[in-house]
Amino acid sequence: MSILVQFVIGLVFGLGLVIAGMSDPAKVLNFLDLAAIPSGGWDPSLAFVMAGAIAVTFIGFKLVLRRSQPIFGGKFHLPNATEIDARIVAGPAIFGVGWGLAGFCPGPAFTALTIGDNAALIFVLAMLVGMAAARWLASRPAKLIPATPRT
Amino acid sequence: MTATDFTPVASLLGGALIGASAVMLMAAKGRIAGVSGIAVRLLPPYADGELAGRLAFILGIVVAPLVVLLATGTAPVPTIEAGPALLVLAGLLVGFGSVWGNGCTSGHGVCGLSRLSMRSLVATLTFMATAIATVFLTRHLL
Repeated sequence: MSILVQFVIGLVFGLGLVIAGMSDPAKVLNFLDLAAIPSGGWDPSLAFVMAGAIAVTFIGFKLVLRRSQPIFGGKFHLPNATEIDARIVAGPAIFGVGWGLAGFCPGPAFTALTIGDNAALIFVLAMLVGMAAARWLASRPAKLIPATPRT
Repeated sequence: MTATDFTPVASLLGGALIGASAVMLMAAKGRIAGVSGIAVRLLPPYADGELAGRLAFILGIVVAPLVVLLATGTAPVPTIEAGPALLVLAGLLVGFGSVWGNGCTSGHGVCGLSRLSMRSLVATLTFMATAIATVFLTRHLL
């Protein structure tokens, strides 16, 4: 049951992306192209996607988090890190360059798998390799700082 | 570059659906609907027993255009202008950067901002800035 529900929730997410037009990298790139504002080529749609999503999530999260636990049990897994470290700037900076190069972020890349051609598949496979690399790098112990001081 | 129409109503509606999905995932499983975070956990090593649910969520995203196609008879075809080499580079950067920074457009841009997270605000402003700079460079300078 929980698996089926998560499929439906993913489906709603994907339908949102397709209806919003975000499954089309051209639309994303035309949003990011601020220099096209004077010529009329700028497409502000993505800002409306963000506004619609945040409006619903902002209110919805508040309501949901009044519960003592999620419907399918367990607990609420909320990120509790607050430190502004190098990774929270470097990661998104790298991500943004890739996003600007092809117009794909992870969600839209998945929606493009079925209606796009092999191009979307190439992107998704490379993306998974990049993700695995980042997780591997992040899981390595910091060698420069020994866990126990040598005596 | 391909011209696209400004679609405020459809985009607002689609965005609201994305938000509804994020709220439902929080309600059902207590998890943030961050696509990069869910996607990276499809790969081994597995830290918990939630693989099937994560796979189902991503599968839902993958089949969404087919559902639109069945329901309406047409599905918007994505315009992918990048060639294979550029797609590989872009994919590597998007994958690496989103996991290194603990989130992408959905995790930081939607869920994080909705929780008024300062880390997500920093992340969102950063990826917006580098994405805008990248498009400026590739479309207008190179």
